[in-house]
Amino acid sequence: MLMIQSAAADEAAEAAEGCTVEDWIAYDTAVRDAGIWVAGHSLADLTTATTVRVGPGGERTVTDGPFAETREVLGGYYVIDVPDLDTALDWAARCPGARGGGSVVVRPVAEF
Amino acid sequence: MADARTGKPTDRPGPEGVEASVEASVEAIFREEHGRLLASLVRRFGDLDLAEEVASEAIEAALVHWPVGGVPPKPGAWLMTTARRRAVDRLRRDKAYAARLAVMQVEAERAAPAPAAGAGDEMPDERLQLFFTCAHPALHADDRGALMLRCLAGLTTPEVARAFLVPSATMGKRIVRAKKKIREARIPFRVPDADELPERLPGVLQVIYSIFTEGYAASSGPHLQRLDLAEEAIRLARILRRLLPAERELAGLLALMLLVHARRDARTGPEGDLVLLDEQDRARWDRAMIEEGRGLVAAALAGGPPGPYGVQAAIAALHDEAADVATTDWPQIVALYDVLLALAPSPVVEVNRAAAVALRDGPEAGLALLDALAGEPRLRAYSPYVSARADLLQRLGRFPEAAAAYRAALALAGTEPERAHLRRRLAAVESAPPDRV
Repeated sequence: MLMIQSAAADEAAEAAEGCTVEDWIAYDTAVRDAGIWVAGHSLADLTTATTVRVGPGGERTVTDGPFAETREVLGGYYVIDVPDLDTALDWAARCPGARGGGSVVVRPVAEF
Repeated sequence: MADARTGKPTDRPGPEGVEASVEASVEAIFREEHGRLLASLVRRFGDLDLAEEVASEAIEAALVHWPVGGVPPKPGAWLMTTARRRAVDRLRRDKAYAARLAVMQVEAERAAPAPAAGAGDEMPDERLQLFFTCAHPALHADDRGALMLRCLAGLTTPEVARAFLVPSATMGKRIVRAKKKIREARIPFRVPDADELPERLPGVLQVIYSIFTEGYAASSGPHLQRLDLAEEAIRLARILRRLLPAERELAGLLALMLLVHARRDARTGPEGDLVLLDEQDRARWDRAMIEEGRGLVAAALAGGPPGPYGVQAAIAALHDEAADVATTDWPQIVALYDVLLALAPSPVVEVNRAAAVALRDGPEAGLALLDALAGEPRLRAYSPYVSARADLLQRLGRFPEAAAAYRAALALAGTEPERAHLRRRLAAVESAPPDRV
């Protein structure tokens, strides 16, 4: 799974690094054409996020926003089917989300 | 395995009888074959844990059979066949495991088709793949060296733990963590393609060099040098060089390590105390190792612009060739540091360059360069920087400032011999007449 950690929305570095809509379209096409695409979505802006926690007594706490104040937020994700970490890292490095102050975290999907 | 404390080879059974000599040669064979065996098993079964288990089972079987029936003509192939049978037995016993491994093996085969091996009598050398796996950037930096010593140098977990001065249980956990990451994140067992090699090889060389530098100048502990570690690093580089003979930076790294390690006996006094380059008895330098290193420097520098290890090896060669500090080719050394700074800028290299400038142009010039680095955060806790400054202040007769610098270096030094050395220098400047300039 490629988790796209965008730089926080108010940072304008993104535009400067040339991470355009066209880049995203090209990358998305490449992932699909390679036949490795399993799933993926771009997520709506962070301000629309809501967090839920359940305490030990089953009580529910709902808060606005993500779990913590961080510099990076989950912007979207891809689930791809590739044989090993090096291949996954290659695809992650091609992802526009890895540029402009963002990063892409690669995590294997757990197998049960 | 050399003794970690003295750096001398541990006592081995003497040639009292046939049994002892068989034991010694069996030990030598295991040492030589272990990495190759492990790499080959990992290649076939795609699982480091399984490979390690069946490799040690094969070695146990050899310990039972060889002293009785003699060492087989192809010990490596014997071990491989035995280990492979054990692995297949395990797979039959555990079908779920087998299914998972089958998938892994298919993937491994697809990634790199197996060489057409004969009936197990020829052992392809697959250690190169293991080098790249152990040095993979996705592994925790601390774990890479440990894994390389464990899998390629064939050290046991307690030996690796001793090498890194951590408790055995801690090292065991770290190795388990690293193997889990390799397995679950699917770090591949493969040699990078030719176009990726320039990107990945420096990481492998860095791991080997960091094992060496920890051996050359231990970061902590009672001893200045850890000769066992330095020797393991050299051994790893030799194996790697056999596998990648055309890589010039690898030749440079091996040359650098040999040229530095050649001075090992002269670097410490009878009490294990630190002896600096200018005070070393150069007759105690290992001439054969210097010659080998010089030959490798030539290989590292020939046919193209040099890399950082090649340049550092050339600097080490100039030190080793000189009869004493006075006749050392300091202008050439400074020039090589300039090349090195252009290739790989680093404040530590700046410190070394400043020390060379001090010997070329006098302590004043060296001190000016060192003082210009004062704002560098990476040098604030770097005792060689502070003590180099103290040394130049001392030579300039600025004793109170030298004393302050020696005290600061003393607080930063990691090993007892370094501290003892600094205490001696401090005592010398404190007792020096204050007005000598």
